[in-house]
Amino acid sequence: MTTLMASRVEPGRVLAETDRGKKAAMMQYLAQKFRVDVFDILHEKGTGHWGGASSVAEILTTLYFDAMSVRPEEPRWLDRDRLVLSKGHASAILYTVLANRGFFPAEELHTFRQINSRLQGHPCMNETPGVDMSTGALGHGMSVSLGMAMAARVQKKAYWSYVIMGEGCLDEGQTWEGIMAAAKFKPERLVAMIDFNGYQLDGSNDEIMPLAPLFEKFQAFGWNVSPTLWNGHQVSEILKSLEWVRQQKDWPFALIYQTKKGRGISFTEDTHKFHGAVIDDQHYANGRPELLKTLAELEAAL
Amino acid sequence: MKTEVKLVAMRDALGQALVELGSKMPELVVLDADVSASTKTGGFAKAFPERFFNVGVAEANMADIAAGMATAGLRPVINTFSLFLVLKCADQIRNTICYNNLPVVLAGAYGGLSDSYDGASHQSILDVAMMRTLPNMVVIVPADAVEMKQALELALRRNGPTFIRGCRNETPVLFEGAEPLAIGKARKLRDGKDLTIVACGVPVVMAMEAAEQLAKDGIAVDLLAVATVKPIDAEALAASASKTKTVLVVEEHNIIGGLGGAVAEALGKHAPAKMDYIGIQDRFTESGEYNALMKKYGISVEAIVEKAKALVAAKPATKKSVRKKR
Repeated sequence: MTTLMASRVEPGRVLAETDRGKKAAMMQYLAQKFRVDVFDILHEKGTGHWGGASSVAEILTTLYFDAMSVRPEEPRWLDRDRLVLSKGHASAILYTVLANRGFFPAEELHTFRQINSRLQGHPCMNETPGVDMSTGALGHGMSVSLGMAMAARVQKKAYWSYVIMGEGCLDEGQTWEGIMAAAKFKPERLVAMIDFNGYQLDGSNDEIMPLAPLFEKFQAFGWNVSPTLWNGHQVSEILKSLEWVRQQKDWPFALIYQTKKGRGISFTEDTHKFHGAVIDDQHYANGRPELLKTLAELEAAL
Repeated sequence: MKTEVKLVAMRDALGQALVELGSKMPELVVLDADVSASTKTGGFAKAFPERFFNVGVAEANMADIAAGMATAGLRPVINTFSLFLVLKCADQIRNTICYNNLPVVLAGAYGGLSDSYDGASHQSILDVAMMRTLPNMVVIVPADAVEMKQALELALRRNGPTFIRGCRNETPVLFEGAEPLAIGKARKLRDGKDLTIVACGVPVVMAMEAAEQLAKDGIAVDLLAVATVKPIDAEALAASASKTKTVLVVEEHNIIGGLGGAVAEALGKHAPAKMDYIGIQDRFTESGEYNALMKKYGISVEAIVEKAKALVAAKPATKKSVRKKR
């Protein structure tokens, strides 16, 4: 676990920061810090999914440290905003973000995927405080988040429901059932976020099951999809994408983020080979300095 | 002299019960997969349009929408034909609803052979087996419209998932004014020392009639109606089997994994007995009139009587072996 955290980017201070520009820079740093933590844990435990966890680090950090209204001391607060990580294999980054957001002690991250741990291989809502829905089998998140958003309407509540999907989720037929149904029911405050890193388990998205043209598909299914392909590794861009959502009135919303699978390490980026591969000592020794270099740069920029 | 039997379809009872409960329970929501005219959820749709959701022929989506709603405090009842509910939503029921122990009621309409004319593609003879293997799930197979309504009320009071298997067709009302259904409790319908018959669902009435016929032939049947296949009333089963040593299970389901399996598992542990099974003999079925179909596939009063007699006839061997041990 890194002990590099500068005091000015301690999570509590990030949450309290009112200057938007400063806060964005702090979250940029935090996301990279969390990425290093995930890399450490995956190496330490010899299990987990680096590629997809790394690609969603900035999106999750921005959601939990800025966009979402949650109460770590009351994880089941009924009016909280919800997040469904449909790509549940990215659990390591979700746990890291939740721990640092105060849902449970960060030391517990060392129990990831081990017997008697609350941190299951894939997210489990009845085990881990802060997890709003268990996921793992792909393709469930769209429907579940739609149900959450529809429940808000029935109960006249104003919470937001976010779902993060990867290419694998979009391969699943059920996701398109959910996309179709969301356009029918049009619940308020439902946001689908696509972590489009271009790679699946077996190869590139083009090779395995091409999703293009994705914007047009969402449009054709009756969604209000942002025409911008957002940079999912730039916190300032993610903030802008969420501002775009708040200016819109036609539900439901889709945001597509260009990301890199295995982001942050030259040899793990843009390949399917680090989807779930063990981070062995060699990978760790070669990869960690690259992550730390970026972390130092982000710290210097604060 | 028989009194006139009142016939009510379980789906009508369910539909009416949903409307009644709808005004008492603001958190009750109903979802259907484009078969509300068949499942009879249309009444609820009319009475509470803001709490009814027709998701189209997309059952998996329906199950997970309901799961999401349940996490937010609603009490969803999802409806479609039982076969499609358990097969098309198997992943959603297991990984989302049961894994998270969410209070979703799964109302499987058209259970067993009751969608008789539609044929094997629609006949649901594996649903009980599938639902029974899911942790947190309670499985109820009502025998009449009264039990159907009570099952729904019980399910909506649970803090976890419940599968209720219905029937398409009108069936005799058996339990009006009787002790209400309780989860995990068998109904003792008859006392006898020669043979235990355990039944659930529509065939309960057949078992009642068969028991009467058997009595005329001098065979005293201990008759148990077991609506809750899971959790099963192992105590009542064991008490009966210890007395009769012989058990016949009757159900409208494949003989593999349903009530027969549940009873065998319970008795194997608590009171091993000689057993036989009335049900569909692990094969695909076909189109036809409901009663004719039931009869052809071995679920009838005659079949029960025949197997019961065979079981009882085989009993002296059991007595002999007991004597030898002594």
